[in-house]
Amino acid sequence: MTFEYAPAPESRAIVDIKAKYGHFIDGKFVPGKKHFATINPATEEVLSQISLGGASDVDKAVAAAQKAYTKTWSKLSGKERGKYLYRIARILQERAREFAVLETLDNGKPIRETRDIDIPLVAAHFFYHAGWADKLDYAGLGKSPQPHGVAGQIIPWNFPLLMLAWKVAPALATGNTVVLKPAETTSLTALLFAEVCQQAELPDGVVNIVTGDGSTGAAIVNHPGIHKIAFTGSTEVGKKIARAIAGTNKKATLELGGKGANIVFDDAPLDETVEGIVNGIFFNQGHVCCAGSRLILQEGIADELIEKLKVRMAKIRVGDPLDKNTDLGAINSREQLSKIQELTSAGDAEGAERWSPACNLSAKGFWFAPTIFTGVTQAHRIAREEIFGPVLSILTFRTPQEAIEKANNTPFGLSAGVWSEKGSRILWATQQFRAGVVWANTFNKFDPASPFGGYKESGWGREGGKHGLAAYLKEGK
Amino acid sequence: MSFYGIVDGSESSLKHFLAQLPGVDQVGADARAAMLATRSIKTSSKRWAIDTAISMVDLTTLEGADTAGKVRALCSKAVRPDPTDSTVPSVGAICVYNDMVAIARTHLDAIGGKHVPVAAVSTAFPSGRASMEVKIQDTQDAIDAGAAEIDMVIDRGAFLSGQYGLVFDEIVKIREVCGDRAHLKVIFETGELVTYDNVRKASYLAMLAGADFIKTSTGKVAPAATPPVVLVMLEAVRDFYQMTQRRIGVKPAGGIRNTKDAIKQLVLVNETAGPEWLTPEYFRIGASALLNDLLMQRMKMDDGYYASPNYVTID
Amino acid sequence: MATSKKSSSNKPARRLEVKKTYKLYINGAFPRSESGRVYEVTNSKNGFVANPSLASRKDLRDAVVAARAAQSGWAKATAYNRGQILYRIAEMLEGRADQFANEIVLASGVTPKKAHDEVLAAIERWVWYAGWSDKLSAAFGATNPVSGPYYNFTIPEPQGVIAVAPAESFLALIDAIAPAIISGNTVIALVPGSAAIAAMTFAEVLATSDLPAGVLNILTGSHDELAPWAASHMDIDGFDISGIDKKKRAELKVAGAENLKRIHSFDGAVSPTRIFAFMEAKTVWHPIGV
Repeated sequence: MTFEYAPAPESRAIVDIKAKYGHFIDGKFVPGKKHFATINPATEEVLSQISLGGASDVDKAVAAAQKAYTKTWSKLSGKERGKYLYRIARILQERAREFAVLETLDNGKPIRETRDIDIPLVAAHFFYHAGWADKLDYAGLGKSPQPHGVAGQIIPWNFPLLMLAWKVAPALATGNTVVLKPAETTSLTALLFAEVCQQAELPDGVVNIVTGDGSTGAAIVNHPGIHKIAFTGSTEVGKKIARAIAGTNKKATLELGGKGANIVFDDAPLDETVEGIVNGIFFNQGHVCCAGSRLILQEGIADELIEKLKVRMAKIRVGDPLDKNTDLGAINSREQLSKIQELTSAGDAEGAERWSPACNLSAKGFWFAPTIFTGVTQAHRIAREEIFGPVLSILTFRTPQEAIEKANNTPFGLSAGVWSEKGSRILWATQQFRAGVVWANTFNKFDPASPFGGYKESGWGREGGKHGLAAYLKEGK
Repeated sequence: MSFYGIVDGSESSLKHFLAQLPGVDQVGADARAAMLATRSIKTSSKRWAIDTAISMVDLTTLEGADTAGKVRALCSKAVRPDPTDSTVPSVGAICVYNDMVAIARTHLDAIGGKHVPVAAVSTAFPSGRASMEVKIQDTQDAIDAGAAEIDMVIDRGAFLSGQYGLVFDEIVKIREVCGDRAHLKVIFETGELVTYDNVRKASYLAMLAGADFIKTSTGKVAPAATPPVVLVMLEAVRDFYQMTQRRIGVKPAGGIRNTKDAIKQLVLVNETAGPEWLTPEYFRIGASALLNDLLMQRMKMDDGYYASPNYVTID
Repeated sequence: MATSKKSSSNKPARRLEVKKTYKLYINGAFPRSESGRVYEVTNSKNGFVANPSLASRKDLRDAVVAARAAQSGWAKATAYNRGQILYRIAEMLEGRADQFANEIVLASGVTPKKAHDEVLAAIERWVWYAGWSDKLSAAFGATNPVSGPYYNFTIPEPQGVIAVAPAESFLALIDAIAPAIISGNTVIALVPGSAAIAAMTFAEVLATSDLPAGVLNILTGSHDELAPWAASHMDIDGFDISGIDKKKRAELKVAGAENLKRIHSFDGAVSPTRIFAFMEAKTVWHPIGV
């Protein structure tokens, strides 16, 4: 007997995608000059035309943000700012399903994740920061800490709306105004968010959204009217930004790449560990900067665990992102797919052993089967470079010290995981990791109250929690 | 003595074996069960799931107020759950108290229900607080009266005080009484064992001692067959099969009242133990009210509009 | 020293002063610069003062190796222990306050009163920072009420190896070092020009203190020469450039971007944020269950 789940697609009737979008500047949508197509990566269907923002668009957006900062936003009390954020949080909750479907269409991630994780976290993020707006004296930054002014925010394509929330909510709560650029391939939910700002009657110019590519982002970074940069993306671009602002007074927070180690000791709760490993690397197609992309197994349990992992991976449902039963959706772009293919080929060439469950991958769209590599060593490229796809490199260790040495043997320092039922060993390992987020007996959990950010080349600063506020405030008296 | 070449039945061998089982992280198990509960089962797969679930129901009445009349009515329902629709399969079994076994067996045979087995709850169900002699006699009576399945309870007091040997011996003895004549289901009363670690340990104790099925609950204690408890038991039978090549069945009982709950259970089976378990031979659902909801959902699928309880029989 | 010169003029049998040879302070030892170079510190009133070692990039390299080796041990010491070690250093500074003041007068030509005030201020600050060791988690940590059955907490940890380039004064040196090491970082101080004189006496204090070798390393010489090497060094995690000329900071930040070094400068205000600037917040999640 077999239990085939019939297709259970979420209806896309709930979203209304326009044929063409402009920028959102000073509270209004303004047409762009040049456009580029945004596609559904699961089907390659063109969804809409997005404006390619140039220097003049960025100029206008920064001017609007500057005006809004001096004329309205900085004059509002924290209490009133907070109320706008509460409004935004509530409207996001009301329109959650619409956002979830749109995000899935534009990004390729499964509706189960946008519906149950991304969008609820987005609303939670605004709700959390709304409460901070009139309590900044208690953020540990002295009395009356002050905003920087205009924040230039550049966000990635892996969690489009969630990354917007991580940036916009704290910026507004602390009294900054915003010029935000969504990622080139995933602008639609940011543009829908602009409508939410209108419904919330957010004063004009407090949030400005300029769509475009890397050149648009560079124009924001280099604009003299920007006081603070917040960037999430690759370490490579993060370093460019650091250089670009070296001679300025601009502040910056950078959330960059990672190569998270996930260490499993032989006394781990194996079944939940397997779930954690799957969640660590296959969540969001592995397009996660903090993914547990290096699995480091104690030798005594390596074979058993890998067997269990394979059985579990065979249950991963790859396919239509709008299907409510899909676990692994589409790779976000052709470019990203090629990157994954290039690095996994390097894994083959370097002698690691590749395994994937049988998957029926659609010929249209961008797909990559969940994949593990065994027999990986620290010297392999797939153990060092961020693949940013559903690809897990598996290494082994003999002693706890060896495990930690391997975990920390990377220029990155964003996330790490450890699995063991022994409390003292867990605490020891969490202390040893050189990483900003440590998941012990769990993985890839996020919350607005929980600071997130990396050590070493994984970035500067934190987002979320009390620590995230510091990024948007100058110390008070 | 050797059980599957894994333990020798002594207290120390059992303790040693159970101690090396991996722990269960409660939050992780809860999260996995909750994730599987979001599976959306529609159209053709839902129709298949409903019929499969019906065929897995151990239609149960375990009341002090049970009478011959009540049991006979239940038997009729078990054989033909929907008298107006002959395509509805019979349920997996009838589950009754010991003294009702003969009545149920006789009536089932009389109405063309020879294929529906009778399960008896034994060993001083539900508490299990009786002497071993009584428990053996209880089991023997049920089998003699025609029970093909014995649902025994473990001694939770012994388990919780770490006397695994005692729990194991009881199961072994009842197994001997059952012999080839009856399938043995071992009830843990997971609501009293409380932790998932205990559920996992109890699962292995029962499987090693010779259980054909492991069963969550008596239905008299809440919480009963919660999805994470069933998840842990399904993991145990899956891994036990890997170790021994013997496939043990799982029976959640208690708290599964509607189609949605039943389908969640089938999804758990499908994605944890695997499709090999998706048969009444290896998966049963102990329930009473569930059957009518399954029938109503089935009608809705056939008719295209929502059903009323007036159109399903209340037995 | 300054006073000996004056008194000696009256005495026929003048005692020849035993002068200090200035070296570097690396890994708890006093090596000369591997380059063999020195530079002259002079004073407009007294002329020649000393020939401190002119540290080279290779001295910096050696100091980073020492600092890296010492870091995990220093961070692992209990906060109470780190606080006591720093406090003990303050006790020793107090005992040598006159010597430091004299050296500041000698090297920079400020009035004795000003020099004395500077030393006392430095001691006050050192004591103030020493007391922070076991309050950092309270001030910069948090337990975070996440929505779910997880215990979630954030703790501050030292970044690792920090270079500091203070302005040319004893107080600036203390201001840069104290907040960087108290949290468990190890430090390489790049001491410019005439500040070398008091800095090397400070190194003598360190050498006789309980501070483990390598935790604090002092290189004297030129910011222009050393700072770019520190900025580009891939095994330095943070860099305090408070003493670097504003016009020269951008190029250091560009070099530091290669490993996303945490580069900060401070205006001299005493603040715990100066400690936290060279710490990282680590957030840990663990399920709560039975």
